[in-house]
Amino acid sequence: MKHLVPEFEKLRERFPAGFESSLVLPCLRRIQEDRGYVADSDIEELAVFLGVPQIQIEEVLSFYTQFRRKPIGRWHLQFCHNVSCSMNGAENVLAHVERKLGIKPGQTTPDGRYTLSTVECLGSCGTAPMMMVNDGYHENLTLTKLDELLQGLK
Amino acid sequence: MPGRQLIMSFPVTATSHGLPDYRARGGYGALAKTLGQMKPQDVVKEVTASGLQGRGGAAFAVGRKWQVVQYDDGQPHYLIANADEGEPGTFKDRWILENNPHVLLESMLIASYALNVRNCFVYIRGEFDLPYRRLADAVEEAYAAGLFGRNILGSDFSCDIVVYRGAGAYVAGEASGLISSLEGKKGYPRNRPPRLTVRGLYQRPTVVNNVESLSNIAWIISNGADAFKAVGTPKSPGTRLFSVSGHINRPGVYEVELGYPWMKFLDEDCGGVPHGRAIKCVVPGGVSSKVLTGADIANLKLSHEDLWDAGSTLGSGGMIVIAEGTCMVALLQVLMRFYHHESCGQCTPCRHGTGWLHRILDRIVAGDGRADDIERLYYISKFNDGTTICGLGDAAGYACSGILDKFRDEFEYCIEHKRSKFGGNLECLRSS
Ligand SMILES: Cc1cc2nc3c(=O)[nH]c(=O)nc-3n(C[C@H](O)[C@H](O)[C@H](O)COP(=O)(O)O)c2cc1C
Ligand code: SF4
Ligand code: FES
Repeated sequence: MKHLVPEFEKLRERFPAGFESSLVLPCLRRIQEDRGYVADSDIEELAVFLGVPQIQIEEVLSFYTQFRRKPIGRWHLQFCHNVSCSMNGAENVLAHVERKLGIKPGQTTPDGRYTLSTVECLGSCGTAPMMMVNDGYHENLTLTKLDELLQGLK
Repeated sequence: MPGRQLIMSFPVTATSHGLPDYRARGGYGALAKTLGQMKPQDVVKEVTASGLQGRGGAAFAVGRKWQVVQYDDGQPHYLIANADEGEPGTFKDRWILENNPHVLLESMLIASYALNVRNCFVYIRGEFDLPYRRLADAVEEAYAAGLFGRNILGSDFSCDIVVYRGAGAYVAGEASGLISSLEGKKGYPRNRPPRLTVRGLYQRPTVVNNVESLSNIAWIISNGADAFKAVGTPKSPGTRLFSVSGHINRPGVYEVELGYPWMKFLDEDCGGVPHGRAIKCVVPGGVSSKVLTGADIANLKLSHEDLWDAGSTLGSGGMIVIAEGTCMVALLQVLMRFYHHESCGQCTPCRHGTGWLHRILDRIVAGDGRADDIERLYYISKFNDGTTICGLGDAAGYACSGILDKFRDEFEYCIEHKRSKFGGNLECLRSS
């Protein structure tokens, strides 16, 4: 994470004095964007940089669903399967993608291209069913739309 | 349009979220008025007089929350806009963040002035991408225009803002869990008292309000508390943003003047249920509010008092319409999986209770339900109530007993016949 320190210094300036602990989440997010996941060395270095206990960072990493300790596929497909999405065919679109990629939620394709997950409501219920591909929302999904989308993800 | 509009009162265009358009709509006029003509306590008085109720779920009076903060107690105070928007069915704050972010920022500046806040925060859920970018851009625009920072609009008032991104945890939307999260820790809710307005972020007095609650402040200051009270009903002043989803022809976010007839709203504004189906039930305001049947809502108005009388609440404004033919057993299973997944595990009744509820529903759906499972579900739902640190445990129980109360026969059928009366269906069927 050392090369990110100048960015972290800038981030620190935006917070009031004494808020170092608050930087844990934004710094981890940035580290994960950079490396794809958070490594053991990142935890040690960030703890020293922010002056917070290492255990706090480990707890944060295991508490929030968006943080990862291991690399995943290049394209992370996260299907919402909460109420409104299920009521609009989420199970159907998910099953289609499972068949196409040959994997179940929680798995990654052997070529490392796709990781599949199910998630709870992403605040997009009016355009259900929906999924996230990496950071972006894809809404009002249909089987045709999914096929086109997957074709574009190389 | 379902009544008067205070927040969604302009056509959305490619530029309507930006500062120039916002100014052209009169934006930041309320801030100028506040800084030029009002004392901080005048602002608190006006907001209290407006009767504005919180839009995050509990409908607690905003002015009453603010009054707890002692302006001159010599400590730093903090203000946090809750943009975690995690309650299933809810996506209305997202509309504000994407389409009218400056109304939130202007309102937060006014609130910060009133509450002697030097640093304020927006806590936004980690998955939101476009809403985050729109908000972050609006913050930069506002800084560049001298609306944040030192000596705002040439006054003595200085204020900074940070947009803080969550990382995926429903419970971090609960005000004290949010504060733990903003302190860079896991989002564990805290026991109260002390109230957050006494000891909140880093142990300092902190006001946490929902995005939509805050976004009403600029209008109230511009137009006055009396004008605000003239909108809506006497017990439910103003409007609410409803995010409508489920089995409905025109899902989306609507601003509704409180007191508007519910069925008229669903039939005329939202285009009714697909395939001409009847409404089986509606989740009024996020899955933590109790469901009401089509018959229950027939003559209700969209107001806090009507919903309270009917034994439910407007909650977070996340309205889910459920058509006839939907399997409530399968629906409850989805809900209990959600609460089980999201329980933070601090309190034994919630940690175990949500797990038990989830597993019992799993077995009923699988055709392995036991004769006394309904009583068991009721027992666990009650046992959560009021015994936990935050409202998540309670909410799981309400959601469960709420659906059992109205649709007990479907659960009995499923247990007895080892299959769902409606084939486990959750989608809106074309024909009957
Ligand atoms: C489990 C749980 C999750 C919550 N999630 C949110 C949320 O995502 N957004 C929100 O504004 N309030 C949420 N709340 C309510 C907050 O605790 C708090 O009451 C609210 O932000 C206060 O704002 P208001 O008074 O302006 O409504 C949640 C409450 C609970 C118990
Ligand atoms: S009620 Fe549940 S979610 Fe809330 S603090 Fe207790 S265990 Fe955590
Ligand atoms: S239920 Fe899927 S986004 Fe809300």
